[in-house]
This record gives sequence, C-alpha cells and structure tokens, in this order.
Amino acid sequence: MKILFRKTRELETQIDDYLDIVERGALIFLQGVRLFFENRLDEFEVRYKDLRAMESKGDSLRRDIENKLYTHTLIPESRGDVLGLLESSDAVLNRMAKTLLNFSIENPNMSEELRPLFIDLAQSSTAAAENMVKAVRTYFRDLLAVRDLINKALFYEKESDKIAEKVKRIVFQKDAELSWKAHMRVFAHHIELIADEAEDVCDRLAIAVAKRYE
Amino acid sequence: MIWFFLLSGIFLGWSLGANDAANIFGTAVSTRMVKFKIAALIASIFVILGAVLSGAGTTETLGELGAINTMGGSFTVALASGLTVTWMTRAKLPVSTSQAIIGGILGWNWFTASPTDFGVLTEIISAWIFSPIIAALFAFILSKILSLMIKGMHIHLLRVDHLTRIALILIGAFGAYSLGANNIANVMGVFVPANPFTDIHLGEFMNFSGTQQLFLLGGCAISAGIYTYSRKVMVTVGNDLYKLTPLTALVVVLAVALVLYIFASENLQQLIVSRGLPPLPLVPVSSSQAVIGAVIGIGLSRGGKGIRYRIMGRISLGWIITPVAACLLTFILLFFVKNVFEIQVVK
Repeated sequence: MKILFRKTRELETQIDDYLDIVERGALIFLQGVRLFFENRLDEFEVRYKDLRAMESKGDSLRRDIENKLYTHTLIPESRGDVLGLLESSDAVLNRMAKTLLNFSIENPNMSEELRPLFIDLAQSSTAAAENMVKAVRTYFRDLLAVRDLINKALFYEKESDKIAEKVKRIVFQKDAELSWKAHMRVFAHHIELIADEAEDVCDRLAIAVAKRYE
Repeated sequence: MIWFFLLSGIFLGWSLGANDAANIFGTAVSTRMVKFKIAALIASIFVILGAVLSGAGTTETLGELGAINTMGGSFTVALASGLTVTWMTRAKLPVSTSQAIIGGILGWNWFTASPTDFGVLTEIISAWIFSPIIAALFAFILSKILSLMIKGMHIHLLRVDHLTRIALILIGAFGAYSLGANNIANVMGVFVPANPFTDIHLGEFMNFSGTQQLFLLGGCAISAGIYTYSRKVMVTVGNDLYKLTPLTALVVVLAVALVLYIFASENLQQLIVSRGLPPLPLVPVSSSQAVIGAVIGIGLSRGGKGIRYRIMGRISLGWIITPVAACLLTFILLFFVKNVFEIQVVK
C-alpha cells in the first residue's frame, strides 16, 4: 500500500509536469512566431529547438504515465478518459512543433499587412491551448471549475477561426501569385489547427467530466 | 456421525461464502481496485471474527423461533435450506439463505408439532422488509455526504483512487465482520441447541464456548466458499447485475455493513435500549437484498432516474417463495429421515 501511495504521488507530479510541458510549449510557440516576424531568425531557431526538445520530453513522460496507470491498474473508471486526454493534449504540442518546423523550413514571405494578423492568430490559438491545459489540470481536482475553462478555450478557438478566415480572405483578394496565396493559406491553416486540436481535447474533457458526475 | 450431520451446515456456510462475499468485495475485485487474494484473506479473517465474537444475537432469535434439539433435525433443516438455495439460484429466482433457514425451522416446527412464536416470526419478517429500506436510506445519506466531500475538498483524482482503495479494504473488513456476525446463525444456528462441542477454558479468563467453536467451524466453511468459488461470483456481480463504480461500491458496502451490523450487534441493541429507544430485533437478513436497497438509495440520491422498481417486486417474491419452499422441503425430508433412515429428528 505504501508503494502504491508513493506511486500515486509520483504520478500526480508527472501528470502536472506533462501539462506544464504542453503549457510552456504554447508559450515557446508564440515566442517563436513573434521572433520569426521580427526577423530574429537565430533566436527563432533556438525556440524551435526548445520546442522540439519539450515535445520529445513530453512524449516519454506521457508514455511513462500511461504505463504506470496500466501497470498499477489505477483509476479504473477514468483511465481511458485520462489516457485519451493526455494523448490528445500531445497532439496539440506536436501541432505547435510542426508549425514552427514549417516556418523554419519554408521561411514564408509574409507581407507587412499580414504580420499582425498572423501574430493575433498565433495568440488566439495559444490562448485556446493554454486554457485547454488549465481545464485538463482542473479535471483532476475540481470538476465544477472545468466548464468555465472549457468555455474560455472554445472562445479562443472561435476567435482563431475568425482571424484565420480574415487572413485567407485578405490573401486571396490580393493581386499576387497563386503559389504565394496558397502558401499563406497553409500557414494560417497550420496555426488555426492548434486551436482545433485544443477544441478536440475540450470535447473529450466535457464527456469525461459528465462521466465522472454519473 | 456428528461430523456427518454438521456437513449440511458446512455446505450452507460454503454456499454463503461463495455467494455473499461478492456483496462485500465484488466491485472492488471486479474493477481491480483490490486484488482477489487480499479481498479473500480480509473477508475470511473478518467473517470468522464476526461469527465467533458477535454471532450469538441472531442465533438466539432463531432459537426462539424453533429450538431444534437433535443433530438429525438440525442436519435435515440445514440440508433442506441449502438445497432450496441451490435450486432457487439455479432457477434464477431471488433467494436468501436467511429466508431459507427460517422456512426450514418453520418446517421442523410443523413436522414435530412444536409451537411457533408468531411474535418472533413477525419480528423476523419485519427485519427482512426493513433491511433493504434502511440500506437505501443509509446509501442515500452516505452518497450525498461523499458527493459533497469530493466536490468540496478538491482532492486529486489519483488520490481519490488511492483513498478509495484503502476505504474499500477497511469498509470491506467491517462488512465481512458484519456478514459473519449476522449470517452465521443461518449456517450454524440450527445446530446450537444440539451443539456437540463443549466449552474449552484457556487459562483463568479465556473461555472458548461450544457455540463459539461451532461458529468457528461455520466461519471456516464460509472462508472455504470465499476462496474456492467467490471469485467467479465477484466478477459477475461486479459486471453484470448492477454496474457500480468503486466510489458507489464504497457507499453500497458501508450501507450493507451497517444494516447487517445493526441487525446483529448485541452491544448496539443494549445501547439503543439504554437510551429508552425501541430495540431492533437481532435477525439474520439478506446481504444481497440489502445491496439492492443500497443501490436504489444511491439512485434516489441522484434524482431517481433509471431505477428498476420491478426489482423490489422480485425481492418481495423471494420473501414468500424461499421460506415456503424451504418449509415444504424440510417437512418432506424430515419424513424420510425419520421414517426411512430412522434418525431421531426431535427429542
């Protein structure tokens, strides 16, 4: 029983550490996007590498958590939901890392007019991800408070949809090459997808909360 | 010959352990919150402790209903009750050892033309009716308290899981103790008036009475039932009949344990009487029916949706069919035992 108690505390810490990684990942992503638009590409590359390192650390931590939950048959009624939440949160982190990778490889040529919009888009998507992480963290301790945080995350997801749509309309109204337009659209879509992934986590979370209320 | 006669009681004990331990540890084991090995060990120890230390109260009530005074009579009553339980279980009818043994005693009274104390019978029947109702009430209150605690205390899900495991073991131990105290009368109660064991004095202050030795034997039979067959029943109870989460199982087991305890504890009865309150009868009640009452209580605490009230009808059916069937079978078996095998069934 003592071993189990120690394992429980260890797991609590690991889950918190994992969520910290996703949350910090969102902040690094936003910082990276800003640095890219400020043309501080060396610093951008450092952020990108930091994010890749966090993603890899997050993966191994998540696997360890999953392994422990199964090995010690912990939280049998909620285990599936918790594993689903951790895996889908990982998808958010992966999406952010992939987006920075695309910036690093493709080096998109943004017009001055588009830069503040892309930063707004990145801010909204990051805010959705941050609130999603808070909601997941709260799920473990305070079910009643989860709903407010899910609502916030969904609000920012809608905001990022609106901003991405605005970007795409501006881009396609411009007299420019189709390849450039398509390139801009893809980048707007990539950033928007971060918020969409966060929305998926929130949908899962809402069901998991309802199940625990049963 | 004495040991042969006791076999029917041992069979009843085995059957009780095989079936009713699942009411205490079923969900805990089927959800893998508690390992079967641990559950079986704790259930065995505490069932035996409950039987030996607190089994006298319910046994006395059975003795008041009918004092079966020969081993042949006790053997036949226990055998008929055991066969009734087995037959009704196979026929998927609601059954309880507590109700079968009462039917068996009534059958013996009928066959031997011994008087039946209808006051005691009324007490017993009212205990059967009230036990699921009280379990529902306890479960309702406990469920509300637990829900408020979990919502208000903001404990981490993993810590809740950990505390639930500890509570399932502790409350399971109390449940097993109460099961032993309440239900040992079903297993060995009919053998008490014709008890073959004599008191053993261990030093100046320790006395191990013949009745306690009989109960120890019954407790060991229950324990054998737990180890040999209850795992299968635990998995079925945990998954098929009523799906409970570990937390709801905690509420159910505590409610059932309290019900079994209040209908078994002489100390509690003395305390109630000393406060000028009417005493509760000490009667063996059905743990399975108390579980159903507790599950309904939890359902009511959540607004009452999805409760299958028809199951209450099935419980009431069990109150009638089980004792009637056991009574008839006892009468028939006593006829054969007395006239064919020429064994004395009454003094």
